[in-house]
Amino acid sequence: MTTSAKSQQPKEKEDISIKERLNRIRSSEFIYNYKRNIPAIIGSIIIALALFVAIFGPLFAPQNPYDLTEIDLADAYKPPFWQEEGDSRFILGTDDQGRDILSGIIYGSRVSLFIGLTVMLMSCLIGTSLGLLSGYYGGKIDSLIMRIADIQLSFPSMLIALFIMSAFGRGVDKLLIALTLVGWVIFARTVRGETLSLKKKEFIEATKVIGLPNYKIIFKHVLPNVFTSVIVISTIKVGDFILTEATLSFLGVGVPITEPSLGLLVKNGFDVLFSGLWWVSVFPGLYIMMLVFGINLLGDFLRDELNPKLK
Amino acid sequence: MIKYIIKRLLQMLVVLFVVSLVVFIFTNYIGDPISMLLPEDASQEEIQQAIRRLGLDKPIHVQYGIFVKDILSGNFGKSYVFSRPALELIIERIPATLEIVITAMIIAIVLAIPLGVYAGAYPKRRSSKVIMAGSILGISLPSFWVGMMMIYIFSVILGWMPASGRGEAIEVFGMRLSIFSMSGWRHIMLPALTLALGNIAMLLRLTRAGMQENMRQDYVKFARAKGVSPKKVLFGHALKNALIPVVTVFGVRIGQLIAFTTITETIYAWPGMGKLLIDSIYMADRPIIVAYLMLVAVIFVVINFAVDIIYTLIDPRIELR
Repeated sequence: MTTSAKSQQPKEKEDISIKERLNRIRSSEFIYNYKRNIPAIIGSIIIALALFVAIFGPLFAPQNPYDLTEIDLADAYKPPFWQEEGDSRFILGTDDQGRDILSGIIYGSRVSLFIGLTVMLMSCLIGTSLGLLSGYYGGKIDSLIMRIADIQLSFPSMLIALFIMSAFGRGVDKLLIALTLVGWVIFARTVRGETLSLKKKEFIEATKVIGLPNYKIIFKHVLPNVFTSVIVISTIKVGDFILTEATLSFLGVGVPITEPSLGLLVKNGFDVLFSGLWWVSVFPGLYIMMLVFGINLLGDFLRDELNPKLK
Repeated sequence: MIKYIIKRLLQMLVVLFVVSLVVFIFTNYIGDPISMLLPEDASQEEIQQAIRRLGLDKPIHVQYGIFVKDILSGNFGKSYVFSRPALELIIERIPATLEIVITAMIIAIVLAIPLGVYAGAYPKRRSSKVIMAGSILGISLPSFWVGMMMIYIFSVILGWMPASGRGEAIEVFGMRLSIFSMSGWRHIMLPALTLALGNIAMLLRLTRAGMQENMRQDYVKFARAKGVSPKKVLFGHALKNALIPVVTVFGVRIGQLIAFTTITETIYAWPGMGKLLIDSIYMADRPIIVAYLMLVAVIFVVINFAVDIIYTLIDPRIELR
């Protein structure tokens, strides 16, 4: 791919001005395909909107669900505004405490996205480093890391996370650790595999012949070439982490009640679903679905485009 | 072949040992069984007695030693809550779990494989693109939410299906199964469908990828040139080869399914082993958690082993190492 060409001819790189580089990116095949891929564009729009809502949401949210002075128990169980007993102040209705569902979703999506993105960054960092080490040096480090990965991969990550969380107890920080513990494996596995095949390529052998130190080879020549796969996995994994977090919170071993994520909002709605109060759980669930769908649409495009091997 | 099998069996033992160690250490931190078991106003004397009775007064490595010794003699400890052997409690619930897992798998296979073959054989058609977009949506759905929505639509609004529990169970081959009674069917449909949903998407994508790859191969062109009917080319030739990765991944997915039943069973109050696990976590019933995880570990290791063997039987080109 383009990156491998770049590191094969490091001299040419210095001559390119930033402007020209931008132009190259703009006219690249990748951008060309992206502009013509409707699902990928829809996905990007959903992600951009979700990020906007998560970052700036508190500025325009009708209510702060954490602020007890803004909540009135008299407003409990109001249906969405288009229904007869609806209240125009609460567009999507209220829950059992009189909290506005829309505000709950806005604040909840902050927790969900924060966890999804942080876990992705942490797993990516740990997994990629271990994968590079494992693939580049081989030997005992490699077999140790890969045995651990093998054992972990043979169990459903959901079950491992559930088990770890029930030992740790609820908490956002604990969720970050538990999800990273199950998330690093896929990064390590993929990066190791690619590093192994890169090691056999001539340009890496050449760097060894000219006597570059190992860390330089790893960071300047191997890492840029495994980066596309890392980006693809990272994108897809964010959605995965958000879903896992939601599920754990739904089961009551995820986020604490004081920091409700989207999953916990759905759980709160489950208890009142049978009495016909559907809006408490339907809307947060729809939001999770939309968010993860957007991420997956973009991830699917990136995978097809950047690394068809990963299918 | 025999050498390979022996090597794999030894590996399996090592894995199980490591898993038992990790599981045991972590389980020691799950909840507080003493406060769960005793009334709030229990005296210091009673608390000490309970700790001794459960063997929690010994240092952790001694506890682990006793645990391993017990396991090797087939004793997984007694449930704190039910005061019955943990393994027995779990085994009692296996038929209920297997019932939904198998029903879900059949639903998934019946729906996903034909759709996957179609989308893989005719990737340019609009309907294939709709199928693929639908499958992405399928992976993006939180299964617990889907379960809730099904309950709301089919039980609360329409009243077609019961919202929770298991139907009347009938004893068949020594197992209590509910799929042979009418009420059993009505109870099983929603949970099985919920469980199947994520797997339909997964299986469909795998089948499609395999089909696309195989449709380009020379043998497919040759079969066509020879005048084999299109249906036979698709299902007889291409699908057969496309199924190899499907079998591997699906083998591993059976395990995932067992894990995912914890969620489905919790939503539908289905009396299977997954709900037992969740209840035990809430109640800090550690022996059941340990026994469940060890049992799942054994199932997993065995499935992975079986998948590897089946793999070589389907495709003789694969060498065992």
